[in-house]
Amino acid sequence: MESNPLDTQKSYQEYVNQKSPNSPIFKNCINAFWVGGLICSIGQIILNICTQRGLSTEISGTIVSIILIGISAFLTGLNLFNKIGKFAGAGSLIPITGFANSVVSPAMEYKSEGYIMGVGGKMFTVAGPVLVFGISTSIIVGLVYLILNTQSITLV
Amino acid sequence: MKKIGKQTIEFDNPPTISETACIVGPKEANGPLAKYFDQCLDDEFWGESTWEKAESKIIKETANLVISKSGIATSDIDYCFAGDLLNQCISSSFGLRDANIPYFGIFGACSTFVEGLSLASVLAESCAKNVLVATSSHFCSAEKQFRFPLELGNQRPPSSQWTVTGAGSAIVSKEGNGPFVTHITPGKIIDMGIKDGNSMGAAMAPAALDTLITHFKDTNRAPSYYDVIATGDLGYIGKEILTELAKKEGYNIEPNYDDCGVLIFDKKNQDTHSGGSGCACCGSVFSGYFFKQLRDKKIKKILLIATGALMNATSSQQGESIPGIAHAISIEL
Repeated sequence: MESNPLDTQKSYQEYVNQKSPNSPIFKNCINAFWVGGLICSIGQIILNICTQRGLSTEISGTIVSIILIGISAFLTGLNLFNKIGKFAGAGSLIPITGFANSVVSPAMEYKSEGYIMGVGGKMFTVAGPVLVFGISTSIIVGLVYLILNTQSITLV
Repeated sequence: MKKIGKQTIEFDNPPTISETACIVGPKEANGPLAKYFDQCLDDEFWGESTWEKAESKIIKETANLVISKSGIATSDIDYCFAGDLLNQCISSSFGLRDANIPYFGIFGACSTFVEGLSLASVLAESCAKNVLVATSSHFCSAEKQFRFPLELGNQRPPSSQWTVTGAGSAIVSKEGNGPFVTHITPGKIIDMGIKDGNSMGAAMAPAALDTLITHFKDTNRAPSYYDVIATGDLGYIGKEILTELAKKEGYNIEPNYDDCGVLIFDKKNQDTHSGGSGCACCGSVFSGYFFKQLRDKKIKKILLIATGALMNATSSQQGESIPGIAHAISIEL
């Protein structure tokens, strides 16, 4: 008699994995690639326009971020960004647009619980971990840099 | 009323399900069962300011609807059982706070509807004349509580299920001409170690299997005894697993088996992946679709098995597996 998948938790998990359809990874990757590329190209176009108008690269970079964040937040409010995200996955999630969406969407969701504890308290429920570990990582990288490059640091 | 076999209850004077009612949201209204529902909403908020308030209103109006459809005076309804998915079952208690009916709040996750019907039947056979059962779920409030904000641009895996927006309710009466509740088989909690919250059907299928087989053994019935065997919200994946595992145990349920979560949405056009879920899935599909078929005598015997995943957002984050439960109720003309 063949073994029953319900014999152990492990055999059931394996059975379920075999029964569950996989995400269409190839299609998802293609969509993520071209939408992500498009978002970055839009950023580059804005950057080029700014630098051509005589702004420094640093300020132009800031302007690009502000514009992309603004567009992403606006589209989130219009109930459009989730549709883009569903289609493009990491393509719209990884650029700064995804970060803006992850802050605006809980803010909208929890507005019903008030501006202080709702919007204020819950705004970073999704983006919070990104901030905590992003900042922590940058501190560690900074420390490594400090240890390896002590000679090159000049205290002006 | 007596216990037969391991855990089934058989009624000596089977109570009647006098009336049912259901109200569903806009997505369900675009699904294949739309014409069977009593009322379809075109807006998830239904004029309220929050999803939680909207869900309370849906269960409140569904309870009012079943009372008015049945023609039974509210004062003749002795007790009510209600439950939903939101923390501490607020939709039910807020929705029924003005009903002025003695109230039992129950939680069985998505199995709540059959849990309520079972308890109501027990009361109806023993001491009550009419007992109200109501249950609700709302896609937006459930996503907010269990998953991510709605506007977040993430992707749902193919095994995920779509919480049904709506409510189902029924009145179980001591006297009546059927459909009769003849047996109930309350289920055990079964946990096969599934941890993925997007794999609910697979987490609940072993519980459904256990209840199903126990019911057949306790009642000495075969799957072919029923015109329809319906599970609550196993979805496509859970349905396939249950069919296959039941076959391995020697019960072929394939010819007359269906799942409310599979029936309520059009998988292809509505992008609902593995099907519907939520208390209202079983609640609205039974109240709307199956009950009307029983009434029109298109089906005469149905075994309704509502399945529930007994977890919450905290338990998932703490790495706990998902315990499943399934309650079965046999309804016959």
